[in-house]
Amino acid sequence: MNLIISILSGAIVYAVSVMYAGIGETFSERAGIMNLGVEGIMLMGAVAGYITAVNTQNLALSFLVVLLTGTAFGLVFAFLTVTLQADQTVCGMAMLTFGTGLSGFLGKDVTGVAANLKFQTMPIPLLKEIPVIGPIFFQQNLLVYAMYVIVPLSLFYIYRTKYGLYLRALGENPAALDSAGMNIFAMRYAYVILGCAMIAVSGACVTLANTNFWSPGMTAGKGWIAFALVAFSSWNPLKLTLGALLFGFISCLGSNLQIYLPGVPTEIFSAMPYIATIIAFILATGNFRKVHTAQPAALCKPYDRESR
Amino acid sequence: MKEPVIEMRNITKRFGDVIANENVNLSLYPGEIHALLGENGAGKSTLMNVLTGIYRPNSGEIYYHGKKVSIRSPKQAVDMGIGMVHQHFRLIPPLSVAENVFLYMPDCKKILRQKEMEEAIDACSREFHLDVDASAKVWQLSVGEQQRVEIIKLLYRGADILILDEPSAVLTAQEAVEMFKVLRKMADSGKSVIIISHKMNEVMQNADRITVLKGGRVEDTMEAADATIDRLTRAVVGDREFVPQVRQNRTFTEEIVLQAEGLSVKNDKGLEAVRNVSFTIHAGEIFGIAGVAGNGQKELTEAIAGLRKIQKGKVTVNGEDLTSLSVRKHIDKGVSFIPEDRLSMGLVPSLDMADNMILKHFGSEKFSRRGILKKKVMDETAASYIERYDIKTAGIHSPVGLMSGGNQQKLLIAREVNGNPSLLVASYPVRGLDIGATEAIHKILLEESAKGTAILLVSEELDEIFQMADRIGVMCDGNMMAVLDRESADYETIGKLMSGEQL
Repeated sequence: MNLIISILSGAIVYAVSVMYAGIGETFSERAGIMNLGVEGIMLMGAVAGYITAVNTQNLALSFLVVLLTGTAFGLVFAFLTVTLQADQTVCGMAMLTFGTGLSGFLGKDVTGVAANLKFQTMPIPLLKEIPVIGPIFFQQNLLVYAMYVIVPLSLFYIYRTKYGLYLRALGENPAALDSAGMNIFAMRYAYVILGCAMIAVSGACVTLANTNFWSPGMTAGKGWIAFALVAFSSWNPLKLTLGALLFGFISCLGSNLQIYLPGVPTEIFSAMPYIATIIAFILATGNFRKVHTAQPAALCKPYDRESR
Repeated sequence: MKEPVIEMRNITKRFGDVIANENVNLSLYPGEIHALLGENGAGKSTLMNVLTGIYRPNSGEIYYHGKKVSIRSPKQAVDMGIGMVHQHFRLIPPLSVAENVFLYMPDCKKILRQKEMEEAIDACSREFHLDVDASAKVWQLSVGEQQRVEIIKLLYRGADILILDEPSAVLTAQEAVEMFKVLRKMADSGKSVIIISHKMNEVMQNADRITVLKGGRVEDTMEAADATIDRLTRAVVGDREFVPQVRQNRTFTEEIVLQAEGLSVKNDKGLEAVRNVSFTIHAGEIFGIAGVAGNGQKELTEAIAGLRKIQKGKVTVNGEDLTSLSVRKHIDKGVSFIPEDRLSMGLVPSLDMADNMILKHFGSEKFSRRGILKKKVMDETAASYIERYDIKTAGIHSPVGLMSGGNQQKLLIAREVNGNPSLLVASYPVRGLDIGATEAIHKILLEESAKGTAILLVSEELDEIFQMADRIGVMCDGNMMAVLDRESADYETIGKLMSGEQL
């Protein structure tokens, strides 16, 4: 029983650390901008937060720096892809390599240095007492609790508000919104920046919550898993949550099974989430069901008023 | 006479040195369907863009209910109750009908109430007999239904003046009939409708008044009751000599080029779309296939061109069995194909004319040597096509996507006939083209048949079939209902066969 609780509780921790990036990327892609640099921006968020934590011992300030780092990357990416209408794949790759490289460089001084400052587990009184449910859901850190609110909020925003309606239209047919007098460029900037800020928070989950150290490249492909989840979930935050939990489960199952199956090489278990990513991506994007694809029609297409 | 809702007086619009509209006068009355007729490039769209605030005229005045107005932006036009349905719909497929409408409503509530929105749209669609389910997602709707959603978008915003750009171009014959019924109901309720068209029959049958534009000027304005094909033709094409290309005599020989035996073909959904169809085409013969679009013509032509798998039956060309051969083999054996969708299947819009011209022939000795293209030969050939087929283009190196539909089609046909085919499969070759381009295309087809090429011509315009074909096959629901000689066929018989009645 304890094993199951430990696996499920770990699954949530893992899931939340990819969900910030996943939901952020969902907003960005719904607006028509695909950001391939998730992994790089996550690393930047992770290292920026950790450096601030080591130097100031101020958690709120560290978190603010994480958000600002994401915003800065978002501004640059939006400038390239929205204003200059540059190719999104190429720019995304640039974000990826730049973020990965810069985070390794900036993090040199804090590699191996303990910050002793992170989002601590905050059991919620009363709720934590519920058998099974309590330890799984209500003995978590603040970033996990925040996600409990963000998921329903983003669903409500996308499907139930006027601005969500505009967002859904934005990724499909920006020209239609433009002719209705809306500012396509401002909207795309806003969603790209929001997306990047959330991606950076995913990085903070890694260095300031789930673990509390820094080593270069420590997100270990979580950015890519988040990126794959967006398409896997048909750009829907609820399905994304389910997908992230599934990945979390597979990942924690692996690390727990290691103890019980000592004969099997550990690499097999560590590889499980990535194998699952590949399978999920094939299932999500393959042409198995001849149905209308959920991919925003204007994804990756720069909006140019002149060429309407 | 009632007071006009809109009066456009002496509208002139120039783009640089090009005059798109010159001293155009147009008045629109409440309750009328007014048709703007003219060839492509006659200035119909420019005039409507002036009315909807997209362009500002260089001179001229617009009066709205007798008062002089200047329409500065599309938004202002919408506020005045002027709305336009473009030829390419501006709908967002994953959103529901109601969401598509409310996207444009300035008073859309911050928090969406789907039920309320859908009820409002349903009420609006019932009022005008538009019959669209407001909760359906747009991608689930047929083209005809999508067009009605565009109309609802305008009506719900309170439009009194509806402009429809080539509304029947995307519809099947039955859908077009339905659409005109809807437009008539709206006119009866006091709204004014402008339709842009280049189909004379359609305009004569459905409009109250007709204004003909030619070269940017109003050539003629008349009551539909006073219109005759003769008068309209003269106004549309002007003094230019217009002789419909009519097939004078049967020139074909007894030599059989295409023989289709018991063909059965499936459509994209895996259902049988062509059922046990057999026919032959002789050298120099034009074989017309009449039928409402979607009755297996597309599948049949694709099967003959080798693009679609033949489930049962056999296709032979010049005595050779091509049934299960590749597309390349079909081309090599002399089968040419003009697909119904020229831009997605026939041409590559972003490539230039020279590149498009050799799409099927790049491997031939003429255009390449050991895998390297002979650019000079390509350019020369392209230049010779421009002259020979009177193709208007900004140059052989500008993308063909920028050419007009008629010129694209001329280029496509030029490419297909220059492979010296023994069989030419032409699917709706003049769909969406104006009179001038249609004439040119028909001329090329007739020249080809005089050379001895067997031609399979698919069309939904009976006029075209009767004008061009030697023999006529009628398709309905995948069956070849009958094959008739043109001399012994008449419109009524063909019409009955098209609707599935046996002879």
